[in-house]
Amino acid sequence: PPAHSHSDWIGPPDKLSNLRPIIFYVPPEESALERRLREARQEAQASNQRFWARHNRAFRQEKEEFIYSRLKAKGLEMRDESGQKAALSAEEMADFYKDFLSKNLKKHLQYNRDWYKHNFRITFLMGQVALVRALRWLRRRKKNAEQ
Amino acid sequence: GLFVWRLRNAGARQIPCRFVHLYHVASNRLITFQYFNFLKRMYVTQCNKDLSQRAKPKSDSIVSPFHELQQLDQEKKVVLKIRSVSPVHQSWSEMSSRNELREIKSAAETEDSVIPGGTESKEDRQWKEMKLRLDDLPGILARLSKIKLTGLVVSTAAAGFAMAPVPFELTCFLLASLGTGLASCAANSINQFFEVPFDSNMNRTKNRPLVRGQISPLLAVCFAASCGIPGIALLTLGVNPLTGALGAFNIFLYTCCYTPLKRMSIANTWVGAVVGAIPPVMGWTAATGSLDAGALLLGGILYSWQFPHFNALSWGLREDYSRGGYCMMSVTHPGLCRRVALRHCLALIGLSTVAPVLNITTWTFPVISLPINLYISYLGFRFYRDADRSSSRKLFFCSLWHLPMLLLVMFTCKKSVLEKEDKGELRGGSHEMAMEIRLP
Repeated sequence: PPAHSHSDWIGPPDKLSNLRPIIFYVPPEESALERRLREARQEAQASNQRFWARHNRAFRQEKEEFIYSRLKAKGLEMRDESGQKAALSAEEMADFYKDFLSKNLKKHLQYNRDWYKHNFRITFLMGQVALVRALRWLRRRKKNAEQ
Repeated sequence: GLFVWRLRNAGARQIPCRFVHLYHVASNRLITFQYFNFLKRMYVTQCNKDLSQRAKPKSDSIVSPFHELQQLDQEKKVVLKIRSVSPVHQSWSEMSSRNELREIKSAAETEDSVIPGGTESKEDRQWKEMKLRLDDLPGILARLSKIKLTGLVVSTAAAGFAMAPVPFELTCFLLASLGTGLASCAANSINQFFEVPFDSNMNRTKNRPLVRGQISPLLAVCFAASCGIPGIALLTLGVNPLTGALGAFNIFLYTCCYTPLKRMSIANTWVGAVVGAIPPVMGWTAATGSLDAGALLLGGILYSWQFPHFNALSWGLREDYSRGGYCMMSVTHPGLCRRVALRHCLALIGLSTVAPVLNITTWTFPVISLPINLYISYLGFRFYRDADRSSSRKLFFCSLWHLPMLLLVMFTCKKSVLEKEDKGELRGGSHEMAMEIRLP
């Protein structure tokens, strides 16, 4: 983001996690509350990134392994004569999807809890920051009006 | 939200074809939103590996360049480099200060040897300032509230209102519709607020406003509150408390039960079906003020309809659901998924037969609706037997026109009608005109 910008910038989706990274703007006179908010957002972003990058990578890997093992059982190779990647039908993949989902359910339940906690906390802090800023703006306006 | 409905207006025959086509495309790409952004502008892009130019129709500023991004491994490095390379700032900050893409010069200036020429500018363009622009706000809020789905929900509530055996009151109708619409907006916004990381990982939902950072979570919650509270107040005070209570209950059911349940157990589908069934009941209670058998029957019809509709849709999304961690029948219990869809197609026939018994419609209704109910049951049976993508898509598309057709036929066979109206004639007319004729 350009040096003169006073706002956060959000980027394209990450290749691994599909989440969009945010670069947070640190104002020179950042209050303690604003700093807590920014740190909460950074922490949530990092934790989400870690989870999804690892999860998606595991998905891709296990999918490849599954396809490979199934193809081998059928006596086929990963790529046929024309060099095209051999794929399994949707019905065969369904077994993998079912398996993957049940294996990761507990991980997801834990992540859900964490994500909801992060989300509520960040939104609540945002609300506090917005309120403080609004009050400050009102106070400033009153002071200007009095002068 | 996983329920994506399409309800066409009575009379406009060409719309179902368009919608069906839309859905065909959407199901193929699983990006419904992208399709609706029709060709905005062309831009010239540069390939990573070679500097040849090719024009690409751009429907979404973020999604298309992403394909090129996949060849680039150095995203993070690029980000850091951008901050350090100062001469680029001048031209780049100019570009990024506007919130739209435009043509980039073929010779993109870059001082960095690590980054291949042209990709830096492309990269930069994808970084958006997280500042809310007021002229974008209506569009963003429309997407946040899933305005099209809300429109369909309001239509089913209107159908419930119209089917109630009481004289038609316009103000009550409008208040009920507005209140239901606001409640639906609120519920949808909260749903998106809860699901940001999951939506980013699924193809169908990755272009939502919160995912793209176009709006802050705080604003989304405030918007939801500013829709939900007036909406429910309007229903409670302007219509009747029962409708208000149903509306509030539905919001709660959708946001606090269905949304978290989606990631915990397959029971979410049944809860979601109830969520879909409540709006017509609300329409009925808005008109009559009481919860009679007719309301429950209408709710029952919509409840049953949800299953073939959603189960068929979810059949094609199994990979995304599995990776995203959503517990759906299509992934965990595929046999049950198809059985339930078929079961509820048949239930629709049964429910249509009950309608005249409850004095809601004449006996012509089960007779006229039998062909379409049989057809959807047939497709449900094919889906049950074949369990493949083509049968699931056929069933899904059928459900899209089946519901509006069924509701329309039901309305034309409403008990207060003095004479049987020809179904063909009415299909040509508009819904409003039909209602005027019905005023006792």
